[in-house]
Amino acid sequence: MRFRENRLLTWLLTAVLVTAPAVAVQSQSAESSPATADLIRPDELAKALQSSAKPTVLNVGPRMIYVQAHIPGAEFIGPANKPEGLEKLRARAASLPRDSFLVIYCGCCPWEHCPNIRPAYQELKQMGFTRLKVLYIATSFGSDWVEKGYPTAKGEQ
Amino acid sequence: MLAAVYFHRGVVGRKASSSNPPAPAITLTDLDGNTLNLSRYKGKVVLINFWAAWCTPCRGEIPQFTALQDKYASQGFQTVGISMEDSESTLRDFCRESKVNYPVVMGNQKIAEAFGGVLGLPTTFLVGREGLIHEKHEGETDFRRLEQGIKHLLQSPAQN
Repeated sequence: MRFRENRLLTWLLTAVLVTAPAVAVQSQSAESSPATADLIRPDELAKALQSSAKPTVLNVGPRMIYVQAHIPGAEFIGPANKPEGLEKLRARAASLPRDSFLVIYCGCCPWEHCPNIRPAYQELKQMGFTRLKVLYIATSFGSDWVEKGYPTAKGEQ
Repeated sequence: MLAAVYFHRGVVGRKASSSNPPAPAITLTDLDGNTLNLSRYKGKVVLINFWAAWCTPCRGEIPQFTALQDKYASQGFQTVGISMEDSESTLRDFCRESKVNYPVVMGNQKIAEAFGGVLGLPTTFLVGREGLIHEKHEGETDFRRLEQGIKHLLQSPAQN
């Protein structure tokens, strides 16, 4: 009887050890993705930019896209998948009230593969921003913002 | 901004017309320091892939580009990779490990703008034998359609 209990215990332990890393990776991925409620569509942002309560817009993507085209008024922070980009984001955000209307965007790559949005979102959430929005760009900044005819600026900020 | 207005997202028509912009005759430098002018490929079908080693879908497409290069090079097909915002060492390591069989150059804003702007990766252009841009693929490439385009352009004679 005890032998059977030991075997069951061993089996359970093995099952937990084998499945735990996979579960951890899954939940990490789900946790780092912006919550649906924290997303803002391009048309919604374009409208917000015309209102009196304009958000602060931070670009957390590569410079080569920003200099070719960016959202008017957006501040260039740089790729948030790099330590220096994340540090710059932290420093810029530190001066903002935690309840300010803040939008981050990238658009370097198709949404599910963007290396910059998730670390930037996580950082700002941890800093306590309560009105943080992430611009949902499905394919690229070119396809989903510029070619849709939304306002665009060019060059360095 | 030659291509920005003309192209739709995805794939455009393949019949050459006056609305097909010419591929820019820019000079590039590959990872081995060799100078590469795109005009030297006139008469060939040229695939130009803007990508980056830090871009996951871009990396995933490289084996398919190398396969296309292998398959169609003898028929007058040439691939050129233009890397955006990669460190040279990362790029060199990646290309070696992935056995990239075509020239890869370091890109910049000027090169991107010469193609009408590259506002997302991957972005791939297909240039016909006559030197006109026929297709622009934005985002993850539909390789079935891309290969159809390559085959179609390989069968088309060069025109001036």
